[in-house]
Amino acid sequence: MKKLLALALVAVMMLSVFAACGAKEESGLKVGFIFLHDENSTYDKNFIEAAKAACDAMGVEYVQKTQIPESAACYDAAVELIEVEGCELIFADSFGHEGFLMQAAKEYPAVQFCHATGTQAHTSGLDNFHNAFAHIYQGRYLAGVAAGMKLNEMIEAGEFTAEEAKMGYVGAFTFAEVISGYTSFYLGAKSVCPTVTMDVKFTGSWYDEQLEKEAALALIDGGCKLISQHADSMGAPTACENAGVPNVSYNGSTLSACPNTFIVSSRINWEPYFKYIIECVQNGTAIDTDWAGTIETESVVLTDVNTAAAAEGTVEKIAEVKAAIVAGEINVFDTANFTVGGETLTSYMADVDYDDAFTPDTEVIENGVFFESKFRSGPYFDLRIDGINLLDEKY
Amino acid sequence: MASEIKNKSKREPLLHIVKRDDMAWWAAWSIRILTILIITFIMCLISVKLTGYSLPVIFEKMFRKVFGMIELGRLKMFWAYLESVAILLCLSLALTPAFKMKFWNCGAEGQALMGGLAAMICMKDIGGKIPEWLLFVLMVVLSIVFGMVWGVLPAIFKAFFNTNETLFTLMMNYIAIQIVKYYLCFLPDGSNKINPETIKHGMFPGLGQNNYFVNIAVVAVLTIVMFIYLKYSKQGYEISVVGESQNTARYIGINVKKVIIRTMLISGALCGVAGLLLVAGADHAVDTNTIGGQGFTAIMMAWLGQFNPFIILFMVFVIKFIELGMVSVYTNLDVSFAEVIVAIIILCVVGCEFFIRYSVKFNHRKKEGTV
Repeated sequence: MKKLLALALVAVMMLSVFAACGAKEESGLKVGFIFLHDENSTYDKNFIEAAKAACDAMGVEYVQKTQIPESAACYDAAVELIEVEGCELIFADSFGHEGFLMQAAKEYPAVQFCHATGTQAHTSGLDNFHNAFAHIYQGRYLAGVAAGMKLNEMIEAGEFTAEEAKMGYVGAFTFAEVISGYTSFYLGAKSVCPTVTMDVKFTGSWYDEQLEKEAALALIDGGCKLISQHADSMGAPTACENAGVPNVSYNGSTLSACPNTFIVSSRINWEPYFKYIIECVQNGTAIDTDWAGTIETESVVLTDVNTAAAAEGTVEKIAEVKAAIVAGEINVFDTANFTVGGETLTSYMADVDYDDAFTPDTEVIENGVFFESKFRSGPYFDLRIDGINLLDEKY
Repeated sequence: MASEIKNKSKREPLLHIVKRDDMAWWAAWSIRILTILIITFIMCLISVKLTGYSLPVIFEKMFRKVFGMIELGRLKMFWAYLESVAILLCLSLALTPAFKMKFWNCGAEGQALMGGLAAMICMKDIGGKIPEWLLFVLMVVLSIVFGMVWGVLPAIFKAFFNTNETLFTLMMNYIAIQIVKYYLCFLPDGSNKINPETIKHGMFPGLGQNNYFVNIAVVAVLTIVMFIYLKYSKQGYEISVVGESQNTARYIGINVKKVIIRTMLISGALCGVAGLLLVAGADHAVDTNTIGGQGFTAIMMAWLGQFNPFIILFMVFVIKFIELGMVSVYTNLDVSFAEVIVAIIILCVVGCEFFIRYSVKFNHRKKEGTV
């Protein structure tokens, strides 16, 4: 046993000497990406494709770490990207990565760290740690317009009355990002179909194909005429295709799997952000602590409308509303468009600054508009507005 | 009569298998280590085909991942490797006494998760309200108790009602996962994620560049203690007797029920410690994926190490080395390949035990018999 151990150790040492000979020479900027899953998740695929495209376009080296859980493994991955690969810019894509990335950011002040969907950069006191998100509610609103037009078409065709116009929404958790998403979707639909209401079901998971499918089926059984979702699997779109119920998707097109029911999908395009942070590091300029791209900067995009399923004139209407949003004529969370408990809001304190007790700290309504993603990039719209019925708030 | 014999000899299979106990330890170990080396080499060749890297590049990537940091004088990565070894080793050590007793504890995952949850509750909900030293004591005690309860419940049912412990322990894993899910529902921001930045109390300190000093040190001590316990203590001896034959144990006056329950208390407690180390010493957070399937890998490690803590240590070193190396080789392709390869390697090493315990004899047809 001892002899064999000694032999094994000798072999290991010889090989490590051999390994040491192959050290790499220095090259240009290297960007390290940390992903929660890999391309098999629609959420991560959206990041991975944008990251590769941005690195190619900017001529910098792309290094990835996939399937990094939201644990100390994220910190270890960041350390490895910095010390082994020599990355000067690190990006992580999952909400739960934030704390571990901040831990690394404290130890490597010379490296820039960027994190999507996070909430703490502006209060962290770290000048090398940055949050990013996008005004995705603008895209959701446009997708909602398409949904509302589809409902109108079905009402005109006599499939159901205007009062029966009800949509269903499959969400993950009662978390601001989800609430902001379904509320803007609903407001979009309501802007063209004023009688619409919406039921929301939560699955308690970001990715659970079976649960999402069951939730969608339960909503359809409950009388929902159209389904949308904020969860990462194909569960809800597939259930809709099988039931012949129109579906508005998220994070990318589901057209190939659902040719008869897919209407349109909105997603965040991360390429502009990646190009921006690479440029900042190359030029040595500071990266915004909170960065939120808009529909104007192509950070929020819609897929092509599936004309086989969508109502007539949807493409033109979306273009028209988009132009109005860009011009500032339409504010998605205009307080004139929604009520909470029957009343129009004039003031709301949201929990923007991170603290243990999650105390509301910032006035987010100005001049009659709820300003989402303005005071920090991560969403903080968590109002339960009238017309939306939460079927299970346990999550 | 003659034709009957002829038929019989025709029916005889080409080879037959004989149990053997006579293989020398060095021969057995040569087979094991050669199996690991050969199968790893074959997997590297397959990786050449899959990744397009040359063989030396693959070796370089594997070794650089773990040992590359030593040459640079930066040890962080190496400590992270030792930490991953320590956690898997701790879980394997926890399973060892149970498995030696032939109690198939498949619940390390849940027992460790409960230990981790206990630590998290202390850190998040009690931290700051009591002195720090008392918090550490409470964390250790509660983690061990939570792990113990999860381990001893199946043992009590096994001892008194002879229920199937494999199913029981497996089901307890799912209950533990749901309890953690439930705990996370109470977070006020609705994210269902614990933010490690908000945890200010009860974190194990690091030592210099080594963030995981406590984890590594604790498991190192546990390895030695477990070796002594199993080999030299009376209780360790009782465990092996119960494992060999419960009737023999009863005959020589061992209280089998007591041994089963006591051993599972120890097994559960050590799993609880693994959860404590993961949560307080590394993650500073807990979720349903905190143990990440290592409770099941640990079963394999305990078997491969033949219930000897030091051999388990060696096996965990090797398997973790290959795993991390392969992840680094496949990082731009699909890290799932790495998991497949590690599984194949473990399967082959388990398979080679067959040739150590049995010898294969070819049935040579006797020339004179056929006449």
